[in-house]
Amino acid sequence: MKNIEFRTAVSAQGGLLVMGGVAGVSAGSRVSLKDHAGNLRNGLVIRSSDDAVLVEVFEGTDDLDLERTWVRFLDEPFKLPVSRDILGRVFNGAGLPRDGRPPIISGDRRDVNGEPLNPAARAYPREFIQTGISAIDGMNSLTRGQKLPIFSGGGLPHNRVAAQIVRQAKLLGDASSEFVVVFAAFGTSHADARFFQESFEESGVINKVVMFLNLADEPVIERLLTPRAALTAAEYLAYDLDYHVLVVMTDMTAYAEALREVAVLRGDVPARKGYPGYLYSDLAEIYERAGRIKNRSGSITMIPVLSMPSDDITHPIPDLTGYITEGQIVLGRELFNQGVYPPVTVLPSLSRLMKDGVGKNFTREDHPHVASQLFASYAKALEVRGLAAIIGAEELSDSDRRYLEFAQGFERRFIGQGEDEDRSVYETLNLAWDLLSMLPPESLIRVSEDELAKYHKGSA
Amino acid sequence: MGKILEINGPLVKLQLPETVIGEQVRVGRIGLVGEVIGRDGDTALAQLYEDTSGLKPGEVAEGLGWPLSVELGPGLLNAIFDGVQRPLNAVREKSGDRMARGVSVPSLPRDRLWHFIPDPRRRNATQVDGGDTLGSVQETESIVHRILTPPLIHGELLDLAPEGDYTVEEVLGRVKLADGSIEKLRLFHRWPVRIPRPFKQRDHAVKPLITGQRILDTFYPLLKGGKAAIPGPFGAGKTMLQQQIARWCNAEIVIYVGCGERGNELTDVLEFMPELKDPHTGRPLMERTLLVANTSNMPVVAREASIYVGITLAEYFRDQGYDVVMVADSTSRWAEALREVAGRLGQMPVEEGYPAYLGSRLAAFYERAGRVETLSGDHGSVTLIGAVSPPGGDFSEPVTSHTKEIIQTFWALSKELADARHYPSVDWLESFSGYVPSAAKWWAENVDPGWEAARAQALDLLAASEELQRIVNLVGVEALSSEQRWTLEAAGLIKEGLLQQSATDEIDSYASPEKQFALLSALLEIFRHGMRLVKLGAPARRLIQMPLMAQARRWKSQHKSEDMDALKAKIARIPAEFESVAMDYEQPSSPIPAPRGEATTHAERRAAPRD
Ligand SMILES: Nc1ncnc2c1ncn2[C@@H]1O[C@H](COP(=O)(O)OP(=O)(O)OP(=O)(O)O)[C@@H](O)[C@H]1O
Ligand SMILES: [Mg+2]
Repeated sequence: MKNIEFRTAVSAQGGLLVMGGVAGVSAGSRVSLKDHAGNLRNGLVIRSSDDAVLVEVFEGTDDLDLERTWVRFLDEPFKLPVSRDILGRVFNGAGLPRDGRPPIISGDRRDVNGEPLNPAARAYPREFIQTGISAIDGMNSLTRGQKLPIFSGGGLPHNRVAAQIVRQAKLLGDASSEFVVVFAAFGTSHADARFFQESFEESGVINKVVMFLNLADEPVIERLLTPRAALTAAEYLAYDLDYHVLVVMTDMTAYAEALREVAVLRGDVPARKGYPGYLYSDLAEIYERAGRIKNRSGSITMIPVLSMPSDDITHPIPDLTGYITEGQIVLGRELFNQGVYPPVTVLPSLSRLMKDGVGKNFTREDHPHVASQLFASYAKALEVRGLAAIIGAEELSDSDRRYLEFAQGFERRFIGQGEDEDRSVYETLNLAWDLLSMLPPESLIRVSEDELAKYHKGSA
Repeated sequence: MGKILEINGPLVKLQLPETVIGEQVRVGRIGLVGEVIGRDGDTALAQLYEDTSGLKPGEVAEGLGWPLSVELGPGLLNAIFDGVQRPLNAVREKSGDRMARGVSVPSLPRDRLWHFIPDPRRRNATQVDGGDTLGSVQETESIVHRILTPPLIHGELLDLAPEGDYTVEEVLGRVKLADGSIEKLRLFHRWPVRIPRPFKQRDHAVKPLITGQRILDTFYPLLKGGKAAIPGPFGAGKTMLQQQIARWCNAEIVIYVGCGERGNELTDVLEFMPELKDPHTGRPLMERTLLVANTSNMPVVAREASIYVGITLAEYFRDQGYDVVMVADSTSRWAEALREVAGRLGQMPVEEGYPAYLGSRLAAFYERAGRVETLSGDHGSVTLIGAVSPPGGDFSEPVTSHTKEIIQTFWALSKELADARHYPSVDWLESFSGYVPSAAKWWAENVDPGWEAARAQALDLLAASEELQRIVNLVGVEALSSEQRWTLEAAGLIKEGLLQQSATDEIDSYASPEKQFALLSALLEIFRHGMRLVKLGAPARRLIQMPLMAQARRWKSQHKSEDMDALKAKIARIPAEFESVAMDYEQPSSPIPAPRGEATTHAERRAAPRD
């Protein structure tokens, strides 16, 4: 069947092509399509019966001339050829070279959909990654094998934050713990893609980066493939070549929108805001590919970036993402407008794996308590700030005024830092104590009395 | 033999005459398993438990002749199964780290020998009925697995094997049924998951499920055999709370169903459970636990099944006379799987894409909880605790609102509390429990007669402080009277010193009922002492600055449940702490306190700290 060209297209609309008169086509099979101009397009069988076969065409079906469209069913899923040579290369969303260099030749071709990991084969991620960013390391730490997205909004510096993480990420006390990077961009602008490329070049990691780019003006449906191709490369690097892989993917919102576009065409029942009910499962197929496996030394740490439509964290895309990932780093417009970089809004941010990756045997014994205390004190400080806005700062009690100062210091000195500033986790913790020392020790009940005695600057 | 007509995602249309809805089918060359969900003449619609890519129209399909069933017998505990009861460790041995398709492994190990001891009651028995105990197997050190006659079997017991070692498949006995046919008995039997296992009658639930979590046990109790829901936005702490319950609750068997959630969370359970000791028996927790795992990246159809697999396993242990707890994380993912299938079947969606039968399915599922008199006259219970993951954290969405009508205990998690890392983030105003009167009896008999009153007083305080906080947010704390300020402070003390309880705090992760009550009554005692002084004229500000107020907030993390004496010693000093303040106000010679807002009194000045 692979070599037969069918010219039996029945209809085509918005990316979906119906083929008649082809029997026995396998579900999920890759399709190669030649249009009237002789250009090749890629597709996937999403529904198959002997009467009709429904094909999703990545490059769209807009100007197809049904009479002059030749279709081959390749009888295998989408596969990505992998070899060591993928490092340093740039591919398009479907895994073909876009750097002008020859395609990867390899007998090892992997189904981009992967297969779900057996839950009994996972190893729990516990190794603290120092990103050098206090708001992350101190309060929402990243762990090797974690999936920790950045929730952002239009115009916020998520790219700069992601690039800073890529530059600075390392294991504590292990200089050889370098990452290789798999970078996937879908629906992003050329400028954003170039920003990353230059940032990788500047920091000299470019030879350890594999890029998959499907930019804003490129085929929408191909976006459904891009993260899968990228993760297939990541899995190969992690589990075949034992690398620790950092996967940066941007922008998940563009991915979800592409999924919605196709779902609408297929006539799938929408759940919320027109997104199909399976958006959750579909996103999970992507995000759950992060992790560690027992008895394998590599790992996949994932930092997806997504822009929240209208800065709304309850929008289905951030919402469903948050339900799948192991926390989220939320960037906020308010801090950004005040000139704080990185504008991490800490309260809605979370790292679920932090509890098992910091503290006595990992970073420093006071770390979990300090983090919890910063959250509690800052939450209280924000309440006070809200009150001050109503009754005026002069009317505040002395103790409340201290909280106001604490909030200010915390935002400027702890959250705020330079784009090239690479703080050690100890610097971060010491800074935290400097700030907590602005508050009376008896109000700090999330840290132990011993820790207060040891680190609080006002304790006698 | 039939064949595949069409493949559409997890749904396949088959030419398969004479099948019935619910029948298991095996489809395609690689042998994917699924179940029939619709019929139309000679064609049947089936949903498959595994990914369908690669299937082709024309490939074979066959009906297997039975509905989705589970194997019930020794070998369940300590194990992790997928959504259709495939043992994940055995699957891994066979097919590697990834879930290869079409792998079939029996749920219970076939080669393992179990030491069977016949029940003395069966020695001279001629008649056996469904649910009768045939004998027992010591499955783990802490759990005796009772071997039950399958529920629908009634007849003459022809023979029963003597004490000895048997595999699950060996024939242990034979029963002659009314129609003269012979039924073979083994260590295990099968049961279809969508049909509740029968029992004699429902009993009243009477005993609280002690979870060691104060906000649950003391404030919003759940009974053994009860139904509870934990709704909350992402990251609010549903999973952690369920894991805490799985760790510490005083049930005998715990079934943890990970339904459409994260793989690492199951790894977490698998790693910590064997290391922790059951506070009630001292044995490793894993011995009483079993896991059902269909993670979010595993096929959706099996996700829908996993909940039923879990509850059937729970009922089976209930029928052996055990108190079983099943936690399901998350029921929303199950409902979504239902929605997905309904959508593909073209059923009319009613709200947010969900089919009209969502409510009745949910109700029927929770109805399988309960305390019962078993067929053999024992008592057992299934307690059901379902997490709910409302989109956008909006509790008015269909799954949350339907669930709320069904359950009796509602542990509502709050985003605000979680953001401030106040855990468990159970909202003390939005949560409720319909089991308080029954729980009160138990607390009165086993811990303290004052429990119900103390609980109510604490809740009143919390409610009052909410009102006061609203005022403060508008005009500042200075606008409050001393009594009001003290009320606010005492509520803060209860929130931080009692309600907040970190799962990661080694000492405070579990609190016995005695410790729970000791803390509750101690904090209320502080409130009362202070209130008396405030009424005598002591300014709240001075009381708030007493070192006791910071100390009392730390008590929970300083003393384990086994270390009650030290805690009680601290509590006993409360009156003395207030005594020193009281002297300034009770004695006739003490200066009359100045009205609020004016010059501070002598006493106040003396106590005034740095500011
Ligand atoms: N009782 C608790 N004690 C300490 N920390 C907690 C507690 N509950 C939650 N947390 C913290 O909050 C994080 C998120 O909790 P959890 O994973 O249980 O949320 P969830 O409600 O299940 O979220 P999701 O719906 O996305 O699965 C945990 O990783 C932990 O850091
Ligand atoms: Mg959870």
